[in-house]
Amino acid sequence: MAVPGNGISRRLVSWARIKSPWITVYNSGGCNACDIEIIACLMPRFDVERFGILVRGSPRHADILIVTGTPTLKQASRLRRVWEQIPEPKYVIALGACGSSGGVFRGLYQVVDRVESVIPVDVYVAGCPPRPDEIINAVVRCIDLLREDTAHGGKEWRQKKPLPAPVPGEKSPAEVP
Amino acid sequence: MPEVVVPIGPHHPALKEPVNFRVIADGEKIVRLELDLSYNHRGIEKAAEQRNFIRVLPLLERVCGICSHSHATAFAKGVEEIMGLEIPPRARYIRTIIAELERMHSHLLWLGVAAHEIGFNTLFMWSWRDREAVQDTLEEMSGNRVHYGMNEIGGVRRDLTPAQIKTALARLPDLEDRIQKYVGMVNSEETMLIRFRGVGKMSREEALKYGAVGPTARASGVDYDVRRDDPYLAYDEIPWKVITDNHGDVYGRTRVRVGELWESTQIVRFCLENIPAGPVRVEAPKNAPEGEILSRYEAPRGELAHYIRTNGTDKVERIDIRSPTLANWTSVAMCLTGQNLADIPVIVAAIDPCLSCTCRMVVVHRRGGRAVPGTAAGESGHDPKSRQDGWRP
Ligand code: SF4
Repeated sequence: MAVPGNGISRRLVSWARIKSPWITVYNSGGCNACDIEIIACLMPRFDVERFGILVRGSPRHADILIVTGTPTLKQASRLRRVWEQIPEPKYVIALGACGSSGGVFRGLYQVVDRVESVIPVDVYVAGCPPRPDEIINAVVRCIDLLREDTAHGGKEWRQKKPLPAPVPGEKSPAEVP
Repeated sequence: MPEVVVPIGPHHPALKEPVNFRVIADGEKIVRLELDLSYNHRGIEKAAEQRNFIRVLPLLERVCGICSHSHATAFAKGVEEIMGLEIPPRARYIRTIIAELERMHSHLLWLGVAAHEIGFNTLFMWSWRDREAVQDTLEEMSGNRVHYGMNEIGGVRRDLTPAQIKTALARLPDLEDRIQKYVGMVNSEETMLIRFRGVGKMSREEALKYGAVGPTARASGVDYDVRRDDPYLAYDEIPWKVITDNHGDVYGRTRVRVGELWESTQIVRFCLENIPAGPVRVEAPKNAPEGEILSRYEAPRGELAHYIRTNGTDKVERIDIRSPTLANWTSVAMCLTGQNLADIPVIVAAIDPCLSCTCRMVVVHRRGGRAVPGTAAGESGHDPKSRQDGWRP
C-alpha cells in the first residue's frame, strides 16, 4: 500500500506483511491482566509464533498495536505518540472491556474512557480479560483486514460516509406522524 | 566522571508496564534511582466510595490483574468484620484454595519473567507452561482465567463440586513434580547462580528499615507472614510453614518464592482433601454499621493492607489500598545503589513489580488548577502546560 511503485516489489512487501505481522503492546492504564494474557499467547500452549506473529518492543517495528486498558489522562498523549511512530499501514486492537468502552473504569476522574477517543481503532475485543484464543482471533481478524485493505488500495473504503445534511423543509422519518 | 541521567520509560522495549526510571549513573555504577510510578493512576479509591458493596468488589478485583483475589478478599474480610459476620467454614476453605492457586500462578509467572530477564528463556517457557495447569484449575472453579469473581460479602459465589475437586487433585501430582524440579534448578543451575548470587543484596536491618514486605523481606531473614502472624481464612487450621532465607540477594528471593510454591501446593492439597461440608455464604445485611478497620492479607507479593471506614450506609466512606509493591519500591531504590547498570532488570524483577496497583498520587497545580498525577513538579519536573505534543484530552 504505502510502498511506491507497482508490480513485484509492492506485492512482495504486502505478502510479507500478511505472513508475519509484528505487534507491539501498550499498557495505557489497565489492570495488567490483559497484558498477562498476551504474554500467555506467546507461551507453548497458545504459541502465536506459528502464525508468524512476533511481539516486538519498539513501535517503529510494529504493524499492529494492541492497546490494553482505558487510557489514563497521563498516558493518553503518550499513547498518541506511540501510535504516530508506527509506520503505515498500521492497525490498532483495543483489548478488553476497558479498552473498548471503559469497562469498570468508565467515568473515573483520571481516565479517557476508551482508546477510540485517542487513536482510531480497527478491532475491538470484548472480555475482561479476553482469553488468549480471543486475542489470537483478533490478530487474525486484523490480518484479514490488512488483506482486504491491500486489495482496495488503502483503508479509506472502510470509512463510513458522514450522513447527508438534512434537506431544509423536509421532515425526517422520526418526525413524520 | 560526571554523573549522567539515564531515562528509561514509560514505554520502553524492556518494560512491560509504564513506569519511568531516572537512573543517575557514574560510569557503569548506579548512584541513585528516581521513580515515577503514576502513569496508570485511574482513581479507583474514589470510585469505590461511590459504589455499593456489591458493585465495588468487581472494581477492586481490577486493581491488579495478578492478585485480583487478594484485593477482593481483603476488602470482603474487612467489611465482614465490621458487620460482625462469620462466614461458613466451607467458604473460608474455598477462599483459601483460590488464594493459594493465585499465589502459585503469580510465583510461576514471576519465575518465568525473572528467567527471561537473565536470558534463560527455556525456563520462561517451562514455568509458563506449568502455569497453564493452575489457570485451568482456576478456570474450572471460577469460570474465568484471571478475574475470578469468587468473593461476595458473606461468603463465596460459587461452590466447588466433587468433580471439580477431583480434577484439581488429579492435576496436583504433575505440578508438584515440576516444582520439585524448579527447587533443584534454583540451587544447581549455573546460569541462575551466576546471575542471581550477590546481586541486589539487602541485609535484615535494611529490609526492616525500608519497610520491605513479602518474599523480598523474607529473603533477607525477616520471619514475618500475615498468614501466620495474623491468621485469616483457614490458615490457622492448615499445617504449613513460612519460608525464609538468609541470602538477602536475588538468589535468596528466588529460593523463597520457589519454596512458597511448594508450600502452596501442599495447602491446596490439604484444603481440597479436608474441605468441610455446608453452605458457602450467609445473608449479609445491606448496610454496614459505622466503623473502621485495617484489613491485612498476604498477597503473592507481600502484605496488602486495606483501610476501610464505613458510615452506616451501603458504601464505604473511605478506602485506602496499600499494595505490597508500593512498600517494596523503596528497597529497590536502595538495592540498586552501587550496582551495575546491567543489573537493573534483574533487581527490579526480583520484587515482582506490578504497577497497576501502585500509582496513587494526585497533586493539583495551583497555577493551572489541573490535576496532575505524579511528583510535585508535575511530570518528571516539566510543567505539563509547556508540552508541545498537540493532543490533550
Ligand atoms: S479489560 Fe479487564 S482485565 Fe483487561 S485491563 Fe481492563 S480491567 Fe483489566
